[in-house]
Amino acid sequence: MTGAAKPARVAAPPSPPAWRRLVPGPAYAAVAALGVLVALNALFTPNFATASNLWNVLLQVSTVVLVAVGMTLVISTGGIDLSVGSVMAIAGAVAAVLLDRGMAVALPAALIGGTLVGVLNGALVAALRVQPIVVTLATLIAGRGLAQVISHEGELVTIDHPGFALLGRGHLGPIPYQALIALASVAAGVFLLRATPFGRYVLAAGGNPAAARLAGVPVQRTIVSVYAASAFLASVAGLIVASRLGASDAAKIGQNMELDAIAAVVVGGTALSGGRATVLGTVVGALIMQVIATSFNMLLVPYSWSLALKAAIILLAVYLQRPKRV
Amino acid sequence: MTGAAPPALLRMEGITKTFGSARALDGVDLTLRRGEVHALVGENGAGKSTLVKIMTGAYHRDSGEMWLDGERVDFDTPAQAQAAGVCAVHQEIHLLTHRTVAENVYLGREPRRWGFVDWRRMNHETGALLAGLGLDIDPRAVVGTLNTARQQMVAIARGVSLGAKVLVLDEPTSSLSPREVTILYDLVRRLKAQSTAIVYISHRFDELYAICDRVTVLRDGRLVSSHDLASLDRLDLVCLMLGKSRDALRAGTTAFGEQRHAPAASLTAPQPPLLRTEAIARGSRLRGVSLEVAAGEIVGVAGLLGSGRTETARAIFGAAPSEQGAVYLGGRRLDPQSPDDAIAAGIGFVSEDRKAEGIIPELSIRENLTLAALPMLTRFGIVSRSRQVEIVERFMRRLGIKAASADQRIRELSGGNQQKVLLARWLCTEPRLLILDEPTRGIDIGAKGEIQALVNELAASGLGVLMISSELEELVEGSTRVVVLRDGRSVAVLQGDEISQQAIIHAMASERAPAAQDAAS
Amino acid sequence: MSTTSLPSVAGSRFTGARALGLLLRSGAVVALVAACIFGAMRYYAFATPENVVNVLRQNSMLGLVALGMTFVILTGGIDLSVGSLLAVAGVVAAMLSTHGSLPAIAGGLGTAMLLGIVNGVLIAKVRIQPFIVTLAMLIAARALALAATAEQSVTVSPDASALSWLGRGELGPVPLPVALLVLAYLIGWTMLRYTRFGRYLYAIGDSEDAARLMGLPVDRIVIATYALSGALAGLGGIVLAARLGAGQPVAGTGWELDAIAAVVVGGTLLTGGQGGAGSTLVGVLLLGVIFNLFNLEGTISPWWQWVLRGVFLLGVVIVQGRLQRRLTHE
Repeated sequence: MTGAAKPARVAAPPSPPAWRRLVPGPAYAAVAALGVLVALNALFTPNFATASNLWNVLLQVSTVVLVAVGMTLVISTGGIDLSVGSVMAIAGAVAAVLLDRGMAVALPAALIGGTLVGVLNGALVAALRVQPIVVTLATLIAGRGLAQVISHEGELVTIDHPGFALLGRGHLGPIPYQALIALASVAAGVFLLRATPFGRYVLAAGGNPAAARLAGVPVQRTIVSVYAASAFLASVAGLIVASRLGASDAAKIGQNMELDAIAAVVVGGTALSGGRATVLGTVVGALIMQVIATSFNMLLVPYSWSLALKAAIILLAVYLQRPKRV
Repeated sequence: MTGAAPPALLRMEGITKTFGSARALDGVDLTLRRGEVHALVGENGAGKSTLVKIMTGAYHRDSGEMWLDGERVDFDTPAQAQAAGVCAVHQEIHLLTHRTVAENVYLGREPRRWGFVDWRRMNHETGALLAGLGLDIDPRAVVGTLNTARQQMVAIARGVSLGAKVLVLDEPTSSLSPREVTILYDLVRRLKAQSTAIVYISHRFDELYAICDRVTVLRDGRLVSSHDLASLDRLDLVCLMLGKSRDALRAGTTAFGEQRHAPAASLTAPQPPLLRTEAIARGSRLRGVSLEVAAGEIVGVAGLLGSGRTETARAIFGAAPSEQGAVYLGGRRLDPQSPDDAIAAGIGFVSEDRKAEGIIPELSIRENLTLAALPMLTRFGIVSRSRQVEIVERFMRRLGIKAASADQRIRELSGGNQQKVLLARWLCTEPRLLILDEPTRGIDIGAKGEIQALVNELAASGLGVLMISSELEELVEGSTRVVVLRDGRSVAVLQGDEISQQAIIHAMASERAPAAQDAAS
Repeated sequence: MSTTSLPSVAGSRFTGARALGLLLRSGAVVALVAACIFGAMRYYAFATPENVVNVLRQNSMLGLVALGMTFVILTGGIDLSVGSLLAVAGVVAAMLSTHGSLPAIAGGLGTAMLLGIVNGVLIAKVRIQPFIVTLAMLIAARALALAATAEQSVTVSPDASALSWLGRGELGPVPLPVALLVLAYLIGWTMLRYTRFGRYLYAIGDSEDAARLMGLPVDRIVIATYALSGALAGLGGIVLAARLGAGQPVAGTGWELDAIAAVVVGGTLLTGGQGGAGSTLVGVLLLGVIFNLFNLEGTISPWWQWVLRGVFLLGVVIVQGRLQRRLTHE
């Protein structure tokens, strides 16, 4: 962590050990925090360390992880996506309305419909250079309305489809499908960032867009892609929630999800200024937030206190990661 | 004027400042007298700007003492320094671009009536102030709509209206036209007559000798010496700055050596040049540049700031495509509309602004180095790690990039090593033509020589190089030919024995330099 | 040599820039006038005093919040916590209303302002981005409101007549919330244009570095700005509680988005340094009138209204972005 004006030319910090490189930089602190949290809960919260409770945490966290993985990509390009919650609602609504025609129609339609919102976000940010916060604020507002319009003008559309229900309630052995899906999205995120040109382009576009353009990085295409990816993952999350509820509740699905996802990303160690990303850190961030919520719930602490603690943790995480300057 | 020494207005003694482990200033002294223009010179990293920032309250010194008008002073903020009468006009002018001239001049001490800002008085007094300084600027104009020269004058006017006793001008002429420079000189002389002390930072010797009375030379954070400028000739001043003896300076100062003065063999051969531009133009900055680069040749581009040097490079690379004219590469018309087009055709471009347009600070050396070559390293959508590592190791060794490992973040490297990584970024794409915009700016001497030698070697192996530089020695010793630009046009091409600093300066400056006319045809 | 003439390239550019700037600033006014003319021609009920008063009253609380947001955005910051601060102020005022109106109003305003100061200190002194600080405050202040009330709404005591008057009283034909709105914008406009504090907001939003180098007390101004935003959100919350007769811990959810939308639609740039109180009032009214027209039309479902609102916001921002870019390119 040198921030000095003139680093020594030869004497550079030794390369960190392999296990540290797996979870780079600031995320290290987040892992430690998660460990302490789990240990304390195992000791002091009755029934916390039971299999059923831990599965429950996994179940709860999986939709946040899905959305937060996409948010990590967006934030590492220096952007932000406030529209994820509305995209979830749209995907849920499209699926609910189309399920009569079978899963083969409903699922692709829902995923494509949701992703299109992301493409729109990305196009406006990349081509017209409107600030991401305004673009996605507008799609947040319009998207929520659109979800209501799709669900027959604001009705609660109940879903009665055994196949679709598996998505939110099925298990593969002891593991819920949705946890597997979340895991797959994490693996895909890690793979994209580490092994593909796209991952480098994301970090380059976020770290220094002018330099990236001059190095031949397709900056605009990269930006459109990250917003599309974010919306795609949010759509999947929307389908899972709709399946879990057994209904498309266009007013509720995904509400405030943008805040939870941003919190997970920030706590996990991805800088809001762009240019750095850690998908595994984001998972840790999401787990920290979920463990707090679950344990407070089990200890019968009022909901409001867990909110307050979340706020404090977000601030603390950003404070610890703020760039050190001379 | 230089006879009896007037009493000191501002005195700094033993000023020391350390950033992290690097000592930026080490026991530096400076004395300013009333009504003098005091030049502060030194190479990059000498500590000029750190000293000035301490003087004007932007940094706090680690140790040392400072007196203003005989009283000990200690500025924690720029505000305190300004209140005491020490003001700076920075190189990148710090004004509010969306606000008016009057607002900028009076920011922080707006005239008020009944507690409310008195706009009429503010505009009126600003107008009077500007007129008093001999400036014809509308106080109601929004600063962002003024050209750079006028903005600079506004910044100086602000300092004057603050009642500045000491005014620091940091590279004040870097973006001024010759005519605007004379206006600046008038202003400086006026202030001098009002017994303001002026600290003048500049790299241009002509200016120093035209306007300054005394000079303080810094090198590597230490004070070298202070002199009356009149008794110091140019060569001595250069020697002081570089820490060299007069004899050492006579020999070549760059690593290019002298051998390139002979025209390359390819020039005489009838094959088409690698790169040819025909009167490329874009907007008002680029108004018709024609040049040729053959394979194996280093073509230098000379010109004053604003002559269209960088614009030429960006047009050839497609970053700011030309609107008129044509770009041919290898005899085929290219006219790149984006960097992608140019890269695909085999052109690489190292920008002059390493920080803003070169490095991706948070990424490692490896990722920075291979950024442009990624498409070639990718199979089935996956970047081949082994090939990446192999390339990075090869180029780190070949270019002598000094770093702990390829995983180190590029922002932790020195400027010279960063520049080598950026060169390598293009070399590993195996380009035919490399455009270098100020390749050795802001780099320490050692790395500078290495980069110059490398460019030479690359050209010898058949690469075409277009090298923009404001260092005349670099152009003279490094280029097979030199294209000189003025006001967005190519006005001369010098080759062989015609290439000399004098000839280049002539072509850059004068309307009708006889040598240039001949060569331009 | 009295005056030296510099090459005057700036001359022609200046008028062009001025025209574009004017369009940028007055686009929302033109739209507002057009919407009003359209409404008056199409609906009998539009240009009636009742409807006008109604639109103004409905938007008065958002207007107060948006004014505070304007100050913050002018400095180049953002305040996501306004909705939660509004709830806190309403709840605190309702809880204190048994002790009389003055403690209720002072307590509500004071609490919201204090939380605004916390925002400001974390941003200016601890140097955490405004987005994150106020996001955390959005969550924390909501938690505070929920915790303080055990998640129930708190009735305003009938004894606090002055407090109720704030929400329900009238000055002649003008409802008190509307009078408050007008007063707040008058003060806000004067402050921005004619006080040093106001000018400094523009300076900081224009270039914080330059403002610092020119010796402005940037940190103090930033803290004061967030305090002001908190206080105005608090005022909105108190008026809302008074109107509803209860302080609700869930009041104001999502208002930060509405306020930002109003500020942006009015023509204040999110990048800071350009815009003003008048623009925001126009933005609030424009959004309010459009909603009113939707309602008068009657056939547009509320859901479509949300869609159109989002699309409208996008359209405005795109047009603004283009004009702005033309302006800087010139």
